[in-house]
Amino acid sequence: MTKSELIDNLSKDLSQEQSNLKSQDIELAVKCILEHMSQALASGDRIEIRGFGSFSLHFRPPRTGRNPKTGEPVELEGKYVPHFKPGKDLRDRVNRNFQPPEPDPVVKVVARVGVTDKQRIVSMPKFRIKTGKNPIF
Amino acid sequence: MNKDILDDSVATLTKADIAEHLFHELGLNKREAKDVVDSFFERIRDALENEQQVKLSGFGNFDLRNKKERPGRNPKTGEEIPISARRVVTFRPGQKLKSRVESYASE
Repeated sequence: MTKSELIDNLSKDLSQEQSNLKSQDIELAVKCILEHMSQALASGDRIEIRGFGSFSLHFRPPRTGRNPKTGEPVELEGKYVPHFKPGKDLRDRVNRNFQPPEPDPVVKVVARVGVTDKQRIVSMPKFRIKTGKNPIF
Repeated sequence: MNKDILDDSVATLTKADIAEHLFHELGLNKREAKDVVDSFFERIRDALENEQQVKLSGFGNFDLRNKKERPGRNPKTGEEIPISARRVVTFRPGQKLKSRVESYASE
């Protein structure tokens, strides 16, 4: 879902209720929310949305990096990076429909006896089906 | 904005603060502002619940990652218990947000 899809979805939600909001208003509101959140983080504040999660800053200490082109060492200053910790409701909802993938089945290679090359070519499937997990052979 | 009890310099932004901001900045009435903010976070949760990545340009992406089962430990008892396979949400901040935050000096 992109920002413009989010705006469309919000317009659907909010037109069902008796509301005078036009989709232009919603678009402005979404941009305003994101700007407000960015501004809060840029001034070192936290964001806490119950049931969704919290945003905070993590400090990355100064380190010696390298110029990837020349291999020369470069002193990098410490910096802050945004960090998101999902809340319980979001964690549970994302996990609710999750089926852990089955471990890859062991493929048994059975030698086929008495098949000539010609027959084998004829019996080859025309399309290679990309399943990844369940090879047909 | 609520000031943290432990640290005076860190404030915490909440849904109520964001709604209040929409009321002042865009003149939405309080009811509309609250509905927009609630719906904003609910739609993001809903997309992620339905296995959809969420991309908010200028801010960042919410991605989904599948984790395999791994060995874990009860930190209290030291007992070994496997952490089951699960799906988790990760946030990758966009370049714009990263560079705005990077220069934040706490002092």
